[in-house]
Amino acid sequence: MTAITHPAQKVVSGQSRKPRLTDRARAERRLGWMLVAPAVIVMIAVTVYPIINAFILSLQRADLRFPQANTFIGLDNYGSVLGSSLFWQDVYHTLIITVISVAFELVFGMLIALAMHRVIFARGAVRAIALIPYGIVTVVAAYSWRYALELDSGWIPKLLGLHTDPLATSTGSYIGVIVAEIWKTTPFMALLLLGGLALVPDELHEAAKVDGASTWQRFWKITIPLMKPAILVALLFRTLDAFRIYDTVVIFNNGAHNTETLSVLTSNQLLSRLNLGLGSTVAVLLFVMVGIIAFMFIKVFGANAAPGGGD
Amino acid sequence: METTLSKRAGWTGAIVLLVVFALVPVVWIISLSLKDPTTIGDGSFLPTKFTWDNYSSIFSQSIFTDALRNSIGIALISTVIAVFIACFAAYAIARLNFPGKNVVLIASLGIAMFPPISLVGPLYNLWRNIGLYDTWPGLIIPYMTFALPLSIFILSAFFREIPWELEQAAQVDGATPLQAFVKVIAPLAAPGIFTTAILVFLFCWNDFVFASTLTSTNAAQTVPAALAAFPGASQFTQPIGTIAAAAVVVTIPVVIIVLLFQRRIVSGLTAGAVKG
Repeated sequence: MTAITHPAQKVVSGQSRKPRLTDRARAERRLGWMLVAPAVIVMIAVTVYPIINAFILSLQRADLRFPQANTFIGLDNYGSVLGSSLFWQDVYHTLIITVISVAFELVFGMLIALAMHRVIFARGAVRAIALIPYGIVTVVAAYSWRYALELDSGWIPKLLGLHTDPLATSTGSYIGVIVAEIWKTTPFMALLLLGGLALVPDELHEAAKVDGASTWQRFWKITIPLMKPAILVALLFRTLDAFRIYDTVVIFNNGAHNTETLSVLTSNQLLSRLNLGLGSTVAVLLFVMVGIIAFMFIKVFGANAAPGGGD
Repeated sequence: METTLSKRAGWTGAIVLLVVFALVPVVWIISLSLKDPTTIGDGSFLPTKFTWDNYSSIFSQSIFTDALRNSIGIALISTVIAVFIACFAAYAIARLNFPGKNVVLIASLGIAMFPPISLVGPLYNLWRNIGLYDTWPGLIIPYMTFALPLSIFILSAFFREIPWELEQAAQVDGATPLQAFVKVIAPLAAPGIFTTAILVFLFCWNDFVFASTLTSTNAAQTVPAALAAFPGASQFTQPIGTIAAAAVVVTIPVVIIVLLFQRRIVSGLTAGAVKG
């Protein structure tokens, strides 16, 4: 998903009349509700209803292979899922992929943003090329990296003189998935950071330079603090996105060699094993975890969460 | 003086590295698609023996041509509906005062963060019961839902920048409300709407979660899902050449869009994020 931020910003529009509602204000209210209604109804109907449905299914023994055995079993599914080592392994796999890829993306994205901010020549061309990975279909990016790494076809094993298939190992598979993720999503990170960088006034840097601050000091004391909101937004979106990783893992090996993530586990339970009860339980748990991550981000960085340019 | 020069060289080097890293996988997949089957496993970065056979092969297979048709149709329809509905909501959010505005924004934010895979089970079940499984609407509905928050945020950021006083000014000058809207406001709003449409289209074009789980045949399978389902020459061989060719074909429109509209894409992504 893409760029959305802290919504709590006050919108200044028209004249606000607090004390008594005039006819005009009342008409404005009604028009406002009417205009947002279609969007709100669609969003609620397509997400809220299914997640409630998933929650109800997660309380049942619901296996499409044995439809007669459907029955309400309370929290038993949660017991089986939370008690299974498979689930916790997948949590671990998901966390490894998320943390490593987002960390690299942040560093590379920041470097790219700084480079793009300074570069004087061919700005448009550089920006366009840097954007290409953002536009490329994730499945295509995953295939390209997979075939580049596979022993049967790839140029990377040949270049490195490998004689065993790197993707037949767990480490190799992780490297492949993570590199493909980093390649695909760093441009997005860089663009969000570039937006934040544009808000850092040059005069501050000039003043600090006069006072004898080094480039490094200026970066840590001026650029980073002023960019904090942009960094937070970029991190939040990429972390949540990486935590839901599905496409790349499925294309690489569908979770073989210990790379199965929570999203892949959910779809395998639901669609291969047709176990709606257990699959929905994992889906609900994934939903809750994503909520916890979002909540933690907003709590930890909360005070500074308001995006830059707060007008 | 020397330090600035070496610094500049450093940044230039970084840019060159970035460009190479961004392009290598693209060149590689094109190279794979042009390799003759006898040399597909040679591991050479550029093809040693050229062929167009992979391209003629995919365009003669209905699994690919149908998927291409589905991808284009589904992405376009979802984009038009999502942007249309989002325009009303974004206008209200940018221009009108009404209670519950922040609730709408927070709800959209929540949906933007929603893990799509959590919906797959219930939707799979529901779609099979009401006959939407493996149909165009079966994909259009989830796509437009997940595109709505994105569209609302970007559009409302753009709409806030429009000088709406011009509308009244035109009316004072004798324009009818319709004329004022069509001649003054619409041209100002069009770039933002167009930018949003590009980003939403790329999002729909990219999806694999819903495409691979809510479809099963040529009736509605989109290209990303078809790529993963391509049949090999035998059960044990990966159709690397044909997958690569199909991958190149779905990539071409995206690269054209990115190259033509890079400025808009950047402004859209940063408008949604930075201005909030």
